[in-house]
Amino acid sequence: MRFVDEFRDADKAHALAAKITALCEPGRQYKFMEVCGGHTHTIYKHGLEDYLPEAINLVHGPGCPVCVIPMGRVDDAMALASDPNVIMTSFGDMMRVPGSQGSFFDAKAAGTDIRMVYSPLDSLKIARQNPERQVVFMAIGFETTAPSTAMTMLRAKAEGLKNFSIFCNHVTIIPAMKAILDSPDLRLDGFIGPGHVSTVIGCRPFEFVARDYGKPVVVAGFEPLDILQSIYMLMVQLSEGRSEVENQYSRVVPWDGNVVALKAIAQTMELRPYFEWRGLGFISHSALRVREEYAEMDAERLFSVPGVRVADPKACQCGEVLKGVLKPWECKVFGTACTPETPIGTCMVSPEGACAAYYNYGRMNRHRVAETTSAAAGSASAGSAPAGSAGRS
Amino acid sequence: MTAGSGWISDALREHEDHDHAERPEAPNGRTELPVSEREQLVLDRIDRQRRRRPRVREERITMSHGAGGKATQTLIEAVFLDAFRNPLLEPLEDAASLSVAGARLALTTDSYVVSPLFFPGGNIGDLAVNGTVNDLSVSGATPLYLTAGFILEEGFPVADLQRVVASMQAAASAAGVSIVTGDTKVVQRGKADGCYINTAGIGVLSGDSALGVAFAQPGDAIIVSGPIGDHGITIMLARGELDIEADVVSDTAPLNGLIAALLAAVPGVRAMRDATRGGVATILNEIAKAADLGVLVTEDAIPVRAEVRGASELLGIDPMYVACEGRLVVVVPGDSADEAVRVMRGHPLGAEAAVIGEVVAEQPGIVRLKTAFGGTRIVDMLVGDPLPRIC
Repeated sequence: MRFVDEFRDADKAHALAAKITALCEPGRQYKFMEVCGGHTHTIYKHGLEDYLPEAINLVHGPGCPVCVIPMGRVDDAMALASDPNVIMTSFGDMMRVPGSQGSFFDAKAAGTDIRMVYSPLDSLKIARQNPERQVVFMAIGFETTAPSTAMTMLRAKAEGLKNFSIFCNHVTIIPAMKAILDSPDLRLDGFIGPGHVSTVIGCRPFEFVARDYGKPVVVAGFEPLDILQSIYMLMVQLSEGRSEVENQYSRVVPWDGNVVALKAIAQTMELRPYFEWRGLGFISHSALRVREEYAEMDAERLFSVPGVRVADPKACQCGEVLKGVLKPWECKVFGTACTPETPIGTCMVSPEGACAAYYNYGRMNRHRVAETTSAAAGSASAGSAPAGSAGRS
Repeated sequence: MTAGSGWISDALREHEDHDHAERPEAPNGRTELPVSEREQLVLDRIDRQRRRRPRVREERITMSHGAGGKATQTLIEAVFLDAFRNPLLEPLEDAASLSVAGARLALTTDSYVVSPLFFPGGNIGDLAVNGTVNDLSVSGATPLYLTAGFILEEGFPVADLQRVVASMQAAASAAGVSIVTGDTKVVQRGKADGCYINTAGIGVLSGDSALGVAFAQPGDAIIVSGPIGDHGITIMLARGELDIEADVVSDTAPLNGLIAALLAAVPGVRAMRDATRGGVATILNEIAKAADLGVLVTEDAIPVRAEVRGASELLGIDPMYVACEGRLVVVVPGDSADEAVRVMRGHPLGAEAAVIGEVVAEQPGIVRLKTAFGGTRIVDMLVGDPLPRIC
């Protein structure tokens, strides 16, 4: 299939893996953070770690929109949804995020009117069909999804729609990256930059990482070869003693971002003074809220939400996982009390969450598997051989 | 305020009771064991957890309970099997095998709530016949007689009902079965969605071959009878919510002819399943779990139509979990694989049959996929419901 297969070519992957291995300094360990949950998903879904030398560790970052929503905000959304005058609309991956009283799915099963949508425009359609009720869109995500929320608000305004509002939980990636860089827990060698966010904000906002913290950033695409190439680009920078922002995803990401999208965001939303991130705590100027001019579309102004801070269950270590301090399996409740079917923490909910990705795709001991099936040859040349007898017949 | 109330604390308490002593832990949360050893201990603990008797935690039925994945399985085992437990039900195969007055019979039932009722390649009527014919066929039986129960919503057009029933008769004729008894109920407008159908079927088992996923052995080959995911993607697109168009039709078809040809030619067939809700991934997990063996499949070997792959990529779903309604997953001894594929390809419904993987001794209970990219990952049971009311 065009535009997909060429980015999943096993032969090219072997070649890149060999070049990456060749750049590893003996005895040195490398730690790269993939900021975006989409990358985490790709890494596990395609088994990309099989290609990497042991010296390279990928650390999963905070860029999973669902994962960073704190429990209190879920409870607020639930309070909004429980108003019989409200139709709550939400993306599918938000539906299973647990609040202190259960998830949207649980509330839906109990009779609350919560509907899954694929786009905020679907919410607008529901608003047109139900003029007597207030349709609230649960707006989540980074700069990637904020423009579609903003454009929907602009459309609603243009149509004069009076019963559409958003519960704004949009967050911005740069303050979170700064918080991680300032955290003493983690020593990173570089960042695999968030490709989709960068289609909107461009590459410039990452320059402080390279300049002030001396860490290379490579903005990366979402196919497995994109990520492998980005790791190679990071290794080249390190081997040459450089720390720069580079754009691997240039087929999609313009260096200066998408000005139209940024304008739409700026027209409808503004920075909050502070916002709580799950696991990372309060980060100043890290989230967006609806501008005063659009107050009639701001569910937080239209309804009274409890706004109570709800502490995560003590055993939940999503914060450490989101910061990359703990690997998913190192969390105390991983895979036992907290599983994809009964998630306690958000990282186990979203397909982009590190815990869900690891549980669903990576939950096997690669070393053990390598020992028992190593007949197929060394790790750098085994990939293209069909596994066992399971070749194309 | 803390979130320590309700189900979370229950889940944690349950976990504490069982696992506290097993966890390798030093005061700082780390131990001196090497990383891979620590990881393995955690994985072993999860494995034990997964083998534990399932329990339904939810207080109400959610859509996940009908998705054919993990929640469905938990509900069946924890509620239905628990209440009805008997040796005929316990194997949880697609049909029960029973003996009546010396004859060996297979009995099965299935309900159909697909939305929309009419879709490219079929409608709820042929789906209801083919699905039950297939459940009988994969148990090794020759399907004979079907029942049909209708739950109709007030206001449902009679012309639509006639179309549905005509399709049922055509499908029954094609499969060589008769619909011999039935039932009709009507509910008030708004209490159902047009038309729901239940069919039950009875078939006769010949010979004494026992089929079941529990009989899989290391070295066995796993075969699918054709491209996967056609039905699910067709239904998803037919709903018109996604504004995606693709030239794909449902694969709904009776598999009894294909299965008869296969069983006649390949004596050692261990198990057959038709991949419906939960897709091929769910069947592979059922094999791994029932046989307590590993399953290793190769992504490149799994037939998926370009249209289905494209739509799945766009929608972020995995074709491995998308429903089929006329696709067979077969487990045969490794040395019979070529013959089985040859025989299946000789039948129109198996023209694109392919070996997709094998049963292995390593990693019992786990399905692994060698990705086209050259990595390895797990293929777990479906969690949640990407697509309700698929059949």
